[in-house]
Amino acid sequence: MKTRRVTAGVASVLALSLGAAACGGGGDDNDGGGNGKKDAALNSIVNASDKKGGTVTYEHSDVPDSLDPGNTYYGWVQNFSRLYGRTLTTFKPAAGKEGLEVVPDLAESLGKSSPDAKTWTYKLRAGVKFQDGTPVTSKDVKYAIERSNFAPEALSNGPTYFKAYLEGGDKYQGPYKDKSADGIKSIETPDDRTIVFKLKQPFADFDYLATFSQTAPVPKAKDTGAKYVQAIQSSGPYQFQSYEEGRGATLVRNKNWDPKTDPIRKALPDKISIKFKVNPVTVDNNLISDKITADAAGTGVQPQTQPKVLRGKLAGQTDSSYAGATQYIALNVNVKPFDNEHCRKAVQWGLDKQSVLDAMGGSPKGDVATTLLPPSVNGYTKFDTYATDGHKGDAAKAKAELKACGQPNGFNTILTARSDRPAEVAAATAVQASLKKIGINIEIKQFPSGKYFSNFAGVPSYVHENKLGMLSMAWGADWPTGYGFLDQIVNGAAIKPSGGNNLMELDDPKINKALTDAIANTDDAARTKAWGDIDKMVLDNASVVPLIYRKNLLLRPTSANNVTVTQAYLGMYDYLLMSSSK
Amino acid sequence: MGAVLLLLVVSAVTFAIFFLVPRLGGQTADQLATQYVGKDANPESVAAIKKNLGLDQPVYEQYWNFIKGLVAGADYRFGPDATHCSAPCFGYSFKSHIEVWPQLEQRIPVSFSLAVGAAVIWLVSGVTTGVISALRKGKPIDRISMFIALAGVSLPIFFTGQILLALFVYEIPIWDSIDYVPFTENPAEWAWHLMLPWISLAFLFSALYARLTRAGMLETMNEDYIRTARAKGLKETTVVTKHGLRSALTPIVTIFGMDFGTLVGTAVLTETVFSLQGIGAYSVQAIKDNDLPIVMGVTLVAAFFIVFCNLIVDLVYAAIDPRVRYS
Repeated sequence: MKTRRVTAGVASVLALSLGAAACGGGGDDNDGGGNGKKDAALNSIVNASDKKGGTVTYEHSDVPDSLDPGNTYYGWVQNFSRLYGRTLTTFKPAAGKEGLEVVPDLAESLGKSSPDAKTWTYKLRAGVKFQDGTPVTSKDVKYAIERSNFAPEALSNGPTYFKAYLEGGDKYQGPYKDKSADGIKSIETPDDRTIVFKLKQPFADFDYLATFSQTAPVPKAKDTGAKYVQAIQSSGPYQFQSYEEGRGATLVRNKNWDPKTDPIRKALPDKISIKFKVNPVTVDNNLISDKITADAAGTGVQPQTQPKVLRGKLAGQTDSSYAGATQYIALNVNVKPFDNEHCRKAVQWGLDKQSVLDAMGGSPKGDVATTLLPPSVNGYTKFDTYATDGHKGDAAKAKAELKACGQPNGFNTILTARSDRPAEVAAATAVQASLKKIGINIEIKQFPSGKYFSNFAGVPSYVHENKLGMLSMAWGADWPTGYGFLDQIVNGAAIKPSGGNNLMELDDPKINKALTDAIANTDDAARTKAWGDIDKMVLDNASVVPLIYRKNLLLRPTSANNVTVTQAYLGMYDYLLMSSSK
Repeated sequence: MGAVLLLLVVSAVTFAIFFLVPRLGGQTADQLATQYVGKDANPESVAAIKKNLGLDQPVYEQYWNFIKGLVAGADYRFGPDATHCSAPCFGYSFKSHIEVWPQLEQRIPVSFSLAVGAAVIWLVSGVTTGVISALRKGKPIDRISMFIALAGVSLPIFFTGQILLALFVYEIPIWDSIDYVPFTENPAEWAWHLMLPWISLAFLFSALYARLTRAGMLETMNEDYIRTARAKGLKETTVVTKHGLRSALTPIVTIFGMDFGTLVGTAVLTETVFSLQGIGAYSVQAIKDNDLPIVMGVTLVAAFFIVFCNLIVDLVYAAIDPRVRYS
């Protein structure tokens, strides 16, 4: 009897705990305090509120590359850093497509361009101050760009578009080596409120470039290089109260931020805290049980959490947003038989994309892709060059292409995937199974993601030597326009000896020229149309096989207010708007 | 001296694994440097990083600079001015360019706290259970204790940890969250917030110690001198604690020293499940990032704790076993 009671007790405890693990608070009757319906935050602001106060709490399962606005490439840090760094321009904190609109932030208005789009002038708003009360000047913006783009020996994480586009950018040694008072000459600061950029080529997307966190001002006297992250000088509504490397940070109100100088920020919460390296399952459970406001990564809940939140009342608190990224396979045009266009087209026609999506987790993970540009990027045009019934492939057309490329019985090739990305490996396996039906036999080779571009897929000599014909790839835009998405992956200039992203080694003069022409075009409508046209050219070339438009399955906790998805930052929530009832 | 030599060997082996082996495997300095440049690797940034991290130097020179930094400190330049990293200088993180030692200093108390609390629990519960089981051999309490011990050994920490979290943080929220509160800040909060990690870690180790103590006690309690002690009319508690347990403790102290020392640097699963920022979790991140100076730092700290704990074990031996006392 005693034994039975003990057994029953143990069973109850286990059942209770497993139930807790499986349901994780899914039975919460709270409908979200007006949290709305599923996908409500895609096109509206959920729990809109003007109430000041409370603490917004973020958690992240990893660490950022850096919270220093001048030393980051991560999309979520670009979004988050707007709380303490004001950039020349930024994306409008608004719902839906409006969120893709670029608006002036530190600058009074958007950039004034010369007719050839090579000179861009911004005037800073009057009265903006750093947290110590020092006025922000155009020289602080210039210095911020210099340190972030020209000092890779200390700050190597961020993009270097300014270095690439500024006149003399290839010669300037950066502020840590070149101690002259002038700095880079192609950024002029005729007075404390004016900053002029002189570019070596026309660049009509410059207002987008000015949204980068690298344009957030940095006072030269306070710069300590890589250590600046420990004492960032805020120009936004919040400043750092504490910062612990790799562990987290707390931000409180910046008393020297003047809302009159800032028409876009409401700055509702009193405090913002962020914690790094939290177990991903714990992050999800904390979201479900309303212990935190948001997962800072903004990439959605873990696969094991998805079933919990897609059922019952929690489903009404989810948003399935486009992540601004496309998963695709690059067919290397310098590896046989993909040097032959017909062999590339055989893959395009033969692939069952629906099976790939299913293998990657189905509709919560994305939609079948037919273009390289994802739907959330300015310039996306819907088309399907290789349309098949239900995206399941067309064996007859594929075989005809195989015949045309001189491989009527198919061929053998290698497909790479990142070993620590299970979804990518699953996709590769589905591709392997699908193409086997038309005689294309694939061997899958896996590499660690940390060295994928530096040592393997991004090294043309390695790719050629090892005959890596098909390379798994995922790409999100550096800024949400066709150029921001395409330039680094389809432009011949992006082919590098190592660390490159143009894995197809596509160097088509027509595509290169179309990119150069489009970015020089100051007519917004014509430029936007051009991105769709270039996308079609890439698909006609057949070296890119789009697989899925990736999606995030986000969860809004009940206490989160002013929640909306921003397409400008890879489909995560807009952190500039977010507040909390806690 | 022996301990220092051992640490030197550990550092040389670790260095060889993480610095020399990739080179022998055909990786060039440029490829190594590209990993630390972020997404936008271009020839200039790769060259700058390669030079600044010293990857352009021969491997033996890199090792010598590392050892020199440990003893005499080193100068680095990751900003407008050169900064001095004072001894013991474990160098700068290849990823964040932040000094390694202050990062370790922040994380050692977390791992140490985790190990100390868990060790107290597992020692008390494990040894007590082992003694009771041995004295009640074959009785229900012995069987139940050993069944629980078997479960403890069998259940992985990521399972027991998740169960405890699901039960006591989310389902019956006795704990609002599991955070590390420094002992110096608030000892009560320190203990309260670490209770669940302690319990899940101690559950595993208690089981091992219970079985070990039981085996030792069963052997000892059958010795002639125990019979003699009883024949002399000593109280049973005195016989058990002063003569039986004391003798059975010797192997337990040995293994405890090893376990505790190892645990300070390797409680990766517990730290990960409970999101504690100790050096175990830090080392996993460093290995993932190929952040070699941090890997070196963590390995040396972990090795130091193992060496140090073994030294303590030697001293404790002398206290509990008269045969090894120095005259």
